[in-house]
Amino acid sequence: MASTTVESGAAGHGAEPRGKRAEDGQATYLIAVAEALWEEMERDERVIMLGEDIGVYGGAFKVTEGFLERFGPDRVMDTPIAEETIVGFAVGAAMEGWRPVAEFQYSDFMTSGFDEITTVLSRYHYRSGVKTPVVLRAPSGGGVRASNFHSVNPEPWFAYAGGMKIMCPAFPSDAKGLLKSAVRDDNPSLFLEHKALYRRIKEHVSEDAEALIPISSAAVKRAGDDVTIVTYGAMVHKALEAADTLAGRGVSVEVVDLRTVYPMDEETVIRSIEKTSRALVLYESFHFLGIGAEVASVIAEKAFEHLDAPVMRLAPPNHPVPFSPPLEDAFLPQVADIEAAVDRLSAW
Amino acid sequence: MTSIQMPQLGETIVEGTILKWLKNEGDEVKADEPLFEISTDKVDTEVPSPVAGTVTKLLVAEGTTVPVGTAVMEIDDGSGASGNGSSAPEPAAAVPAAETPAAAPAQPPAMGASAAPPSPAPQVQPSGQPAPAPSVTMPDRGPRSNILSPIVRKLAHDRGIDLTTIAGTGEGGRITKADVLAATAAPAASSGTVTPLPSAGPAAAAVMVAPPSMPAGQGEDAQPMSHVRKAIAGHMLASAQQTARAWTMVEVNVDRLVRLRAEIKEKFQANFGVKLTYLPMVTRATIDALQQFPLVNSRLDGENIVTPRFVNMGIAVSYDAGLIVPVVKGADGMNTVGIARAIADLAARARSHQLQPDEVQGATFTITNPGPYGSLVSVPIINQPNAGILSLDAIQKRPVVVEDDAIAVRSMVYISMSWDHRLIDGELATRFLARVKHNLETWDFAEDLGL
Repeated sequence: MASTTVESGAAGHGAEPRGKRAEDGQATYLIAVAEALWEEMERDERVIMLGEDIGVYGGAFKVTEGFLERFGPDRVMDTPIAEETIVGFAVGAAMEGWRPVAEFQYSDFMTSGFDEITTVLSRYHYRSGVKTPVVLRAPSGGGVRASNFHSVNPEPWFAYAGGMKIMCPAFPSDAKGLLKSAVRDDNPSLFLEHKALYRRIKEHVSEDAEALIPISSAAVKRAGDDVTIVTYGAMVHKALEAADTLAGRGVSVEVVDLRTVYPMDEETVIRSIEKTSRALVLYESFHFLGIGAEVASVIAEKAFEHLDAPVMRLAPPNHPVPFSPPLEDAFLPQVADIEAAVDRLSAW
Repeated sequence: MTSIQMPQLGETIVEGTILKWLKNEGDEVKADEPLFEISTDKVDTEVPSPVAGTVTKLLVAEGTTVPVGTAVMEIDDGSGASGNGSSAPEPAAAVPAAETPAAAPAQPPAMGASAAPPSPAPQVQPSGQPAPAPSVTMPDRGPRSNILSPIVRKLAHDRGIDLTTIAGTGEGGRITKADVLAATAAPAASSGTVTPLPSAGPAAAAVMVAPPSMPAGQGEDAQPMSHVRKAIAGHMLASAQQTARAWTMVEVNVDRLVRLRAEIKEKFQANFGVKLTYLPMVTRATIDALQQFPLVNSRLDGENIVTPRFVNMGIAVSYDAGLIVPVVKGADGMNTVGIARAIADLAARARSHQLQPDEVQGATFTITNPGPYGSLVSVPIINQPNAGILSLDAIQKRPVVVEDDAIAVRSMVYISMSWDHRLIDGELATRFLARVKHNLETWDFAEDLGL
């Protein structure tokens, strides 16, 4: 088992510097997120940032390294460790015409601001007609040996609240383009950055400040004919790896990356099922009531007549994320699990 | 209620004409009793009734031409899906059965209900039950062969495919989307000239079970299978998997035939324009044996044994793309000259890719003829849904024991048959072959050859 570089985050462990784009334009997910924020702050003075340790320290994962120096303490604000206050502050600023981007050190701590997020942020515009263009950014997801306080996938909680757009990109380009769209969108949104991808995934990322990815657009990351895997976040990369192996065995897998989990791009999903007639829904939020449960429902409801096999799901059980590495590996869907699931599905 | 439709008597047939109604409205019919005569581009035939019951409606006038699939007649078979009872009135609209309120208007008048109270009792009457979803009885080919997924049902419906003819490759024998697509891909590709699917019968679902992949290495070439090759592979594998194949051989003394042929072959070609080979003679002798033992000419349809009263002889022909089985339709009505001409014509057009789809369908029995290439004995795969396939191998001079225990040199041939033990048993197979042998050894073909 390859040892994974543990992302020491905030909490004073001393994260590595963010690093820079390579000469050839390759950028990590981390750099892509930072560039999106930087460009949007340059473009629009109303964009402000707040969060724990984002200023002097540069953020738990160093996303905001250098921002304080460039944009000053009025636009890059360090806050107390008080998530409810961070959200409340952001909502108030938005009501006054600012476009706040709030960072959470880990998405696990968003629930400390649960009431402000679900009762105020998601509903305020419905209630008063006043827009609240707030972006809540947070590193989410497991697989980095960070135990159950630092590994959660909170997207189902907040998708259920309604009124907020929720993005979980898997690639640096998508992260950059989607975050810029989120900042420019007048609706509140959650932008969940999978921490296992921060430094692990690199690709050429556009330097065009207007290269946006539309919210609620899924993407076919690999075309195939036999089985569709619908997934998002870090699982996209495992699905692609499994698809490579499966192709060698003659099984042609299509990988659909949702990119935005709510509101979901149902059309792209259904179009893929119309082609393959077999669906594996792969997701890292919990199996029961996780995002994939909704994807499976959509397929059953809207693509029923195209199905040649039952819709299958592969997701972790509804347990806290284990700390023990072997247990965490068993908990999260692995490439071999995906291959086995696709084999079962194609044999059906 | 059963609706009778204009049948499709061949792939290219799109319409048919009602020549004559054999049953009128109100007539009782038994299952399989002829209902009407039709004429199509290819053939005139009677259409038998699939059910027993009473003819309630003729929907088309005699002499009318209608597209295949058009409802032409209705038979009340007692299933009561729509109006039931004898002189069924105009079906009083499909009244949803559920929740008929007690004071429903227009309750059917109770029989002889002069003094009867107006029956307020909430007597639930199953007036118009929703028509049950058309259920297909699938042949048992495994524990899951009766599971039909939504896409399989949809494709079968959209493309008019009979799912009972497809062997599923999915888990437990389930028919998959890929199976249905493979079954449709083959005939669909035939525009104008034919895709060589040997005969009608169970659509050759490409039953390709993948063995562990072994890609081409050094000194090897890899070529994708042609469409034809795939179709043949699917058909052969399906036959090997679905028939209970047994094999029987007889040895035939064809000395007289060899001498006859040597004597008249030039004249025959001059007269009839085709070469005289042994194949038409063996075909003629086989047709007689098929008429003598009709079960060998039969096929299985689900749990029914279907026995045609005619012989459509499939003749295996090899050509550049592989193997094809054109069919001499109505071969039992031909003499040896007619058979010789039909075979020569079909073989020539097979080799120039000029066959029409209908000409490779509907064989009731098949003959393969590897003899010219020198094989002594062959064990062919049955051309489904036939009950047997006869192999004519090479004629050879051999020392044989003749009358009075003398040893003599005679022209001899082994004639054998692969047969489906589900339909035929060994005694019948042997008596059938013995009849072929007897015909070849005793018939005087000179007259039949018109010389």
